[in-house]
Amino acid sequence: MTATASPETSEDLDLGGDSRARGADRGFRGLVTLAGLMVLVVLALILVATALRAMPALSEEGLWGFITGTRWAPNEDVFGTFPMLYGTLVTSLIGMVVAVPVSIGIALFTTEIAHRRLRKYIVTVVDLLATIPSVVFGLVGVLVVVPFIDDWYQGLAGLVEPVPVLTSVFDESNTGRNYFTAGMVLAIMTIPIITSIAREVFDTVPETDKQAAYALGATRWEMIKGAMLPHSFGGLVGASMLGLGRAMGETIAVALVIGGSFHISANVFDTGNTMAAVIAQQWGESTGLHTDALVGIGVVLFAITVIINFAARWVVRRAETKMRGAHS
Amino acid sequence: MKLNRRAIFGTVTAGALALSLAACGGDDGGDSVPEINGTGASFPDAFYAAAIEGYAEANPDAIVTYDAVGSGTGKSDFGEGLNDFAGTDSLVGEGDGPEEGSYQYLPTVAAPITVSYNLPEVEALQLSQETLAQIFQGDITSWDDEAIAADNPDAELPAVEITVAHRSDGSGTTSNFSKFLDEATESWTLGAGDTVEWPSNSVGGDGNTGVAQTIQDTEGAIGYVDLADATASGLVFASIENADGNFTQPTLEGTTAGLEGAVVNDDLSYNPLDAAGPEAYPITAPTYLLIRTEYEDAAVGQAVKDFVEYLLTDGQELAADNHFAPLPEGLRQQAMDALNETIAD
Repeated sequence: MTATASPETSEDLDLGGDSRARGADRGFRGLVTLAGLMVLVVLALILVATALRAMPALSEEGLWGFITGTRWAPNEDVFGTFPMLYGTLVTSLIGMVVAVPVSIGIALFTTEIAHRRLRKYIVTVVDLLATIPSVVFGLVGVLVVVPFIDDWYQGLAGLVEPVPVLTSVFDESNTGRNYFTAGMVLAIMTIPIITSIAREVFDTVPETDKQAAYALGATRWEMIKGAMLPHSFGGLVGASMLGLGRAMGETIAVALVIGGSFHISANVFDTGNTMAAVIAQQWGESTGLHTDALVGIGVVLFAITVIINFAARWVVRRAETKMRGAHS
Repeated sequence: MKLNRRAIFGTVTAGALALSLAACGGDDGGDSVPEINGTGASFPDAFYAAAIEGYAEANPDAIVTYDAVGSGTGKSDFGEGLNDFAGTDSLVGEGDGPEEGSYQYLPTVAAPITVSYNLPEVEALQLSQETLAQIFQGDITSWDDEAIAADNPDAELPAVEITVAHRSDGSGTTSNFSKFLDEATESWTLGAGDTVEWPSNSVGGDGNTGVAQTIQDTEGAIGYVDLADATASGLVFASIENADGNFTQPTLEGTTAGLEGAVVNDDLSYNPLDAAGPEAYPITAPTYLLIRTEYEDAAVGQAVKDFVEYLLTDGQELAADNHFAPLPEGLRQQAMDALNETIAD
């Protein structure tokens, strides 16, 4: 117990409490340590249990074949998850491309520009958006947006037709159910999360930094660019990562609007599927190897989320070192 | 502090007590009929729900629940002893859960699977089996294709792209539809199963409702939907060529005609797909209940028997109202005999 060098341990902070209080302290310490360890244990158990369950399917295809295979034909025991992996990445990317700038915009508006009273309402409304269950977004998407949005997509596809790369990205659409619609739903769902963290992050920028920028003759935009954004970079990446995590794992809203087909297409107006959506769609009627393969998708999704999180941490650390370097 | 702690303990204890009381309440049946529950296929859910309601009206003491979680889950629940009976659209295969000899199939109702399409100008559409297969596997991509024109000499077919709508979830409906194409046609290459590898430019919808919705808002779409949902969504059905070469509409009469033409196996499983008969509609989905050959609790067995007996007698009259076809008399009698044999009074 006393091994820790931190001056804040109970021994050093003994303010004359009796031994009973010290015992309670020790008990509390044990309890929170246990709670902390529990997270790791549960996580490890989930990973082991799912990996074991997925083993038959993974060994049938080989891990590499399972991830890179492009055919998903459960009735022939062929399980390649690449099309849905692709779908997960594309829809999340679309979601992030839309959600991150909008969220940062909302956060800057509420912290820097909006009047105090207006700010309160905006914050409440954005937070309210976060409490709407995702299936509601999915239903609005499939019942309200999908029926009319197809004409817009066709219009956009027609507009960009002469442009070389854009025309293959925004190509023909035949129903409103596609990567793009799913990405939009994900954007709306992640905006409140990213906004709310970005706001907290911007609040931590020291007032002195801002005032210093103004004192040097910076305009408001120059102040934001020069003082606020560099200071908040790490926090903003973290906020985006939380949003990305939600986007990648989102299941039911995506399942409703993505169109459920298995192929890889550069065209964002094409039907597709995502990993989480496939698990939810096919679970009920699956048996044997098919079930194992669905669990396997879960394992792969889990692994990818972990990898992306580590990558984000690396980005943040690098950026912070760079900033510290600039300061000294 | 102490007060607080006591208050918390008090709440927890009270909560636990309430929970355990509630748990006792469930088991404390006494002499009354035990509650029975079934899980499984979603396809016949509408009919089972109506039948359970009708049964409860006739027998106020009995409590029957049916949870439409899907055939696959129903079968695995059955294998693990989590339900008292299971509903399934497909037969029990290896690795599905139930052990050989632990179950008996009982056919309950059947229903046609419609081929619905969205072409505002085309009021009637006929499709031969081969054309149907080629459309659904993406070989025919436009409505003015020669093969479709050959089936419909009188119709004006637009040059609209065909969008194939299918189930994105694993489904007994997909299983029966693909099995029909697999067995009846030469051109079908995608095999049969709860989930098959649809052509890449097709659109998946979640559940029958999802497919119906896709067809409804996509011009040029074609998809397979069960009769109840297709009717509810106001879809238009294609006439499909049957084994006798006639084009028939998905009606309950056509379905019953198909059932009469089907060969019933010894275990009461039967295959009504592409059945013989001039009136028969060729894409008909059967659905079964699995009952246990041995119930640990005889009272539960009796309760299951009473309910299934109702399904096969008075309950059959509820089928048509819910867009299901009742069993033909011969098959119904066979099912009753099997029920009486499996669960003795």
